[in-house]
Amino acid sequence: MSRQVARGVDTKKISSELFALTYGSIVAQLVNDYEEDDEINKQLDKMGYNIGIRIIEDFLARSGIGRCTDFRETADIISKVAFKMFLGITPVVTNWSSTGDEFSLLIENNPLTEFVELPDNHSQLNYSNIICGAMRGALEMVQLDVSVWFVQDQLKGDNITEIRLKFNKRLEDALPPGED
Amino acid sequence: MAIFSIWIISRAGGLIYQHDYNLPKVEVEKTFSYPLDLVLKVYDEKVVVAFGQRDGIKVGHTVLSINGQPVEGRFCRDEADVKKDVLEFLNTESNYPMNIKFGRPKLSTNEKIMLAGMFHSLYAIASQLSPQLHSSGIQLLETDTFKLHAFQTLTGIKFVVVTDPKRTSEDLLLKRLYEIYADFALKNPFYSIDMPIR
Repeated sequence: MSRQVARGVDTKKISSELFALTYGSIVAQLVNDYEEDDEINKQLDKMGYNIGIRIIEDFLARSGIGRCTDFRETADIISKVAFKMFLGITPVVTNWSSTGDEFSLLIENNPLTEFVELPDNHSQLNYSNIICGAMRGALEMVQLDVSVWFVQDQLKGDNITEIRLKFNKRLEDALPPGED
Repeated sequence: MAIFSIWIISRAGGLIYQHDYNLPKVEVEKTFSYPLDLVLKVYDEKVVVAFGQRDGIKVGHTVLSINGQPVEGRFCRDEADVKKDVLEFLNTESNYPMNIKFGRPKLSTNEKIMLAGMFHSLYAIASQLSPQLHSSGIQLLETDTFKLHAFQTLTGIKFVVVTDPKRTSEDLLLKRLYEIYADFALKNPFYSIDMPIR
């Protein structure tokens, strides 16, 4: 409700530490609740998906962005507008496949993992997997079926965090009239 | 410069939000003596004026109340609270003089849901009729008593605003409605998507 009071001022900016700590406690809880890393990853992805299908409306309403005509445009908007808007970072788009249906997002300073070190017994855990779910959910709402997964993760000792997106198909039967 | 009502239609064509603002009230009350010089008929379980327009009472208006007592469909109640058929009641000379209120009845929730679904289809048909590819559906529908402005988001939700015919563009209002929807409906964790907003 606070946004209504302070319209015009960007009140979306909250402390990234508060955000990181909140996220950390969600993951910690999941680690307690589930034994397998795979199961935790799946739960995070599911939570992300549910965020994604809602956050897309917020994104479209606020950015006023129109429909993308190719996957390169989609990649640009995800990195330059969406990530900027919600996480305050701009990942680098690289490693395009020759067919133009796959690319990677390189994240150098992931705000979610600010104070995190993975314990040895959770080597399979994709700590920031919620981001994958959110991207999948959001793109599904604009009729893009996309697979999203972690390729590299700084938490696992890689130099950089890399998320890969693969375009599967357009969801033609979900297209709103006038868009097909 | 009035806005009459706002509708939000889900991607499946279901009505998820509807609100009426200052709809102009069309009601006329008059005292009648026997015999009634209006021709009434029962239509769609309502008693409507079929012929004999006068004093602001128009063909198509429904009998809303008799002597202050609201009419329920095609039945009314007399002084002794006995249920009577309206037409029969109006044909009995001993009941006169009586006060009859005519007007346009408000849309029922079911009718609104039906209209929303119908608009959803019309929107789809409109985009199909276009000689050019990728035409949007209906953006503006104009009549002599109102204008209907529609905006469909990329995800397929339709925002519809019915306004005074004098208003020109409602683009900003529709965009703003979308923002409000994104904020207050979708950020409510207890709201399930595509369900009516309460």
